[in-house]
Amino acid sequence: MNAKTSANLLQVDGLACRFDGVTAVADLSFGVRAGEIKAVIGPNGAGKSTLFNMIAGVTRANAGEIRFDGARIDHLPTFQRARRGIARTFQNLQIFRDMSVLENVMVGRHMRGSAGVANAILHGPSLRAEERAIAAAATDLLDRFGLADKAQMQAGALSFGQLKILELARALAGAPRLLLLDEPAAGLPHADADRMGEIICGLNREGMTVLLVEHNMRMVMALSHDILVLNNGRRIAEGTADEVRRHPEVLAAYLGEAEDA
Amino acid sequence: MLAIPFIAPNAYVVSLANMALINLILAASLNLLMGYGGQISLSHAGFFGLGAYASGILNVKLGVTPWLGLPAAALITAAAAWVIGLPALRLRGHYLSMATLGWNAILVVLFNQLVNLTGGPNGLLGVQPFALPGFEGFAGLKLDTEPRAFPLVWLASLLVMLAILNLLRSRIGRALRAVATNELGADAVGVDSFRTKLVVFVLSAAMAGIAGSLYVHVNQYASPETFGVATSILLIVVVAIGGSGSYWGPLLGALTYTALPQILLDYEDAELMLFGLGMLIVLIAFPGGLASVPDALVRVFSRLFASKRRP
Repeated sequence: MNAKTSANLLQVDGLACRFDGVTAVADLSFGVRAGEIKAVIGPNGAGKSTLFNMIAGVTRANAGEIRFDGARIDHLPTFQRARRGIARTFQNLQIFRDMSVLENVMVGRHMRGSAGVANAILHGPSLRAEERAIAAAATDLLDRFGLADKAQMQAGALSFGQLKILELARALAGAPRLLLLDEPAAGLPHADADRMGEIICGLNREGMTVLLVEHNMRMVMALSHDILVLNNGRRIAEGTADEVRRHPEVLAAYLGEAEDA
Repeated sequence: MLAIPFIAPNAYVVSLANMALINLILAASLNLLMGYGGQISLSHAGFFGLGAYASGILNVKLGVTPWLGLPAAALITAAAAWVIGLPALRLRGHYLSMATLGWNAILVVLFNQLVNLTGGPNGLLGVQPFALPGFEGFAGLKLDTEPRAFPLVWLASLLVMLAILNLLRSRIGRALRAVATNELGADAVGVDSFRTKLVVFVLSAAMAGIAGSLYVHVNQYASPETFGVATSILLIVVVAIGGSGSYWGPLLGALTYTALPQILLDYEDAELMLFGLGMLIVLIAFPGGLASVPDALVRVFSRLFASKRRP
């Protein structure tokens, strides 16, 4: 390992995943540097979602290693990876619909609290202070993303675009170090997608490391410092937007998809 | 509520009030698990019985005071729930229901068969009531009648309700509701779904154990048929009728469950049928249970007025 790879916040080595003989991801290695926005793109079925799920811990890898901040995480369940600082959003929103908007974000801050069951039942001063701190942090996030006036609404009543923002706020509530964004702009009208892009950009300026899967090429090209292109579960290119755009294999993969369609 | 022993026409009504409060503890603790946690347990009556027999047997066989029997009952039921929940809660879906159904059946067999301990089908006899210890100028007082036991049962149910409220208003309660609505989402924000469910399952069983201890020392008797699978199913119905996932739902459910059979007593054979019919009507008309009736009525009336205002 050279100095460059060991400085990566997320490092993936030789990752592979097969479902019933179908190879979704094969021998994939790449790194995400602290402070960068990295995008994973590729035609449908390229293995992007599988890769995301393996990093988040929803899907187990058949082979390979995943390191976060230098430590192996591939044996950890999802919630422990989250506690180490990997937060995510979902392509198909996974919102707590029956809970209020504020409560959704407060659950996001769960892992930064420490009160146990006994303390919760007795509701002593330390618990009250912690609860106030959690509520304040959640309110700040809602303020920041313009959802403060909807704090007490049931989350299920929000529009699709608002839910996407809410899920992002929930992910940020745990103060993560790596943000996994699964199609943050998918399904959003133009203006909302642009706003989402601005939000991601703003977070990155504050130092947040972002790994995103996205189909909106305009957004990917505008945001990403680095792009990883997958096809059939393998890496076919990696580099800046300009490098990737000119890569012959990338052109072939996307043209091939266009012909099939 | 505290005034009931003084205004009640007779001890029978007070005994119903005691039973309603014990049912409240049972329904509220099951609601915590089922309404807020989304986990269906079919052994709540079994834990109720385990608490009753634990406290009762400690008292009858070893002379342990009920004041110690009550926390012991809570601890024993909690430990049992932990052992059952550890494997059953790892699996998603209906495994908890299956496992707890079996567990309740096993408990009833034990209550019946361990005759030396439980008294078998004849029931556990000679259980002592709670008693206030005597001190200088005070001879002590046995809480051996329903009106005397009432304040204690009232206080215990109040504390259980308060504990549930506090829990729900904490990070644990939020995590529980999050796990119930969307486990994938809860995992992603660092909530340990399994541990959260296990903790609440254990807690709800401990509360049923407390109800059992109160029951056995107030009635000074327990017999196996009170704690069967049928009672477990009825408790689920009580929670659903009151309003699953609503804080006050269990109170409405427990009051209905305790009072309705008395009102229907005049109809003798039709009693069960009317009870079932009422249950169906409530759940079809108000899927959110009795607790949702005021909201539903407000909605209906506001719609009526809104349509009248149109020309």
